[in-house]
Amino acid sequence: MTLTHDMAPAGPSAAPGKLTDLFQLGLDAPICLTWELTYACNLSCVHCLSSSGRRDPRELSTAECMAVIDTLERMQVFYVNIGGGEPTVRPDFWELVDYATAHHVGVKFSTNGVKLDPAAAARLAASDYVDVQISLDGATADVNDAVRGPGSYATAMRAMQNLADAGFRGFKLSVVMTRQNIPQLDQFKAIADRFGAQLRLTRLRPSGRGADVWHDLHPLPEQQRILYDWLVAHGEQVLTGDSFFHLSAYGSALPGLNLCGAGRVVCLIDPVGDVYACPFAIHSEFLAGNVRDTGGFETVWKSSPLFASLRAPDTGGACRSCGFYDSCRGGCMAAKFFTGLPLDGPDPECVQGYGSAALAAVSGAAPKPSVDHSHRKVPVSIGRRRPPSKDCDENPLSGFTA
Amino acid sequence: MRPEPFGALLYHFGTRRLSFLKNQRVLAVVRSLADHPSARAACAAAGVSEAELPVYARALATLADSKMISERTVA
Repeated sequence: MTLTHDMAPAGPSAAPGKLTDLFQLGLDAPICLTWELTYACNLSCVHCLSSSGRRDPRELSTAECMAVIDTLERMQVFYVNIGGGEPTVRPDFWELVDYATAHHVGVKFSTNGVKLDPAAAARLAASDYVDVQISLDGATADVNDAVRGPGSYATAMRAMQNLADAGFRGFKLSVVMTRQNIPQLDQFKAIADRFGAQLRLTRLRPSGRGADVWHDLHPLPEQQRILYDWLVAHGEQVLTGDSFFHLSAYGSALPGLNLCGAGRVVCLIDPVGDVYACPFAIHSEFLAGNVRDTGGFETVWKSSPLFASLRAPDTGGACRSCGFYDSCRGGCMAAKFFTGLPLDGPDPECVQGYGSAALAAVSGAAPKPSVDHSHRKVPVSIGRRRPPSKDCDENPLSGFTA
Repeated sequence: MRPEPFGALLYHFGTRRLSFLKNQRVLAVVRSLADHPSARAACAAAGVSEAELPVYARALATLADSKMISERTVA
């Protein structure tokens, strides 16, 4: 899994006009984009936003990935957030990372740590242009492994130890905030501090398999307040991928860009080259094109009708009359979509309470993700062939019982 | 530094921080800093008036704080 951007809010003003207003209309190129290199993953996290597990046979080849990097270099995209699936299981992963950094495209990649042995950690520590994000969703093994699977806590801790031992300072410890781990905020900070890492907290979305568990995992209203106060108290020490802007309606805005960047400043390229408005919106409704189309990624970014519509000034819809609209901008598009809410109304986790009322009024089923690469859950049994029971019996099914 | 319709975006690979230049004139100032003996001279050349100078001074100070621009080292 991966996320969007962790921006410094600082910007020389010397001009009228708020940054969110400028960004609202979109940029000539994304600031950064999320690129999921593979749907293959060794884990099966219950909340996986991309429903990853099995590799897609149509996955972009090494040469196609390099062509995408050439385009990003030409468009001056500052960096890519590489994710998956588990990107490091691609055999050409390191080759692609080296190719990107050699072409002035910075890389930040998300991993569960499975391939971060001491040698990989040493290699990463030696590069200025590569940043690493280790995913961990519980500060203790029981809380983490319930979501990310048995052994995943130990894997992540080992990877962070390897990075720290190699002298990599300031890598990211990335946590999706849930009902179960919000009481562990201080413990997460302590883990990050112990490894010389920076803590990064992001919002749980009902995307991918996350839709199946969102109702049980998303923070309770009182926990949202705890999270907001904690984020305000820690300021810029803690990164958020600007994912909690819906909480800004509590009062003062959180650091970063308080705006949905989908199709405006960020987007997603998935493993088969499909370009979506955001990493949390893997659904045909938000599919803008494919990097294999004529004109490649640049044409999709600049000319897709979907992105043009996302960049149009929005009216605020049902939220327009709310006094907090300027702070939260109606919240997260993907969170609304996958809970069945209209896109021009409140976020399902609206801190002013409009979300729960809207959710109660939803009739019919919420849209399902249109792409699913989850590991098959059907138990597979492999039969063992025994020697023919009789010398003259050549039927290949001889000896098998149905 | 990447030009944008509203000004420019700056990204520092060392600090991994992003900054913004919110109009064309501040972009012109930043671009020409190396060609002028002082920031004040660069502002004047870009048509910044005396009255506007404090605003531009603050903007440049912010950039210096985030290491986007740095003091010239004498060769």
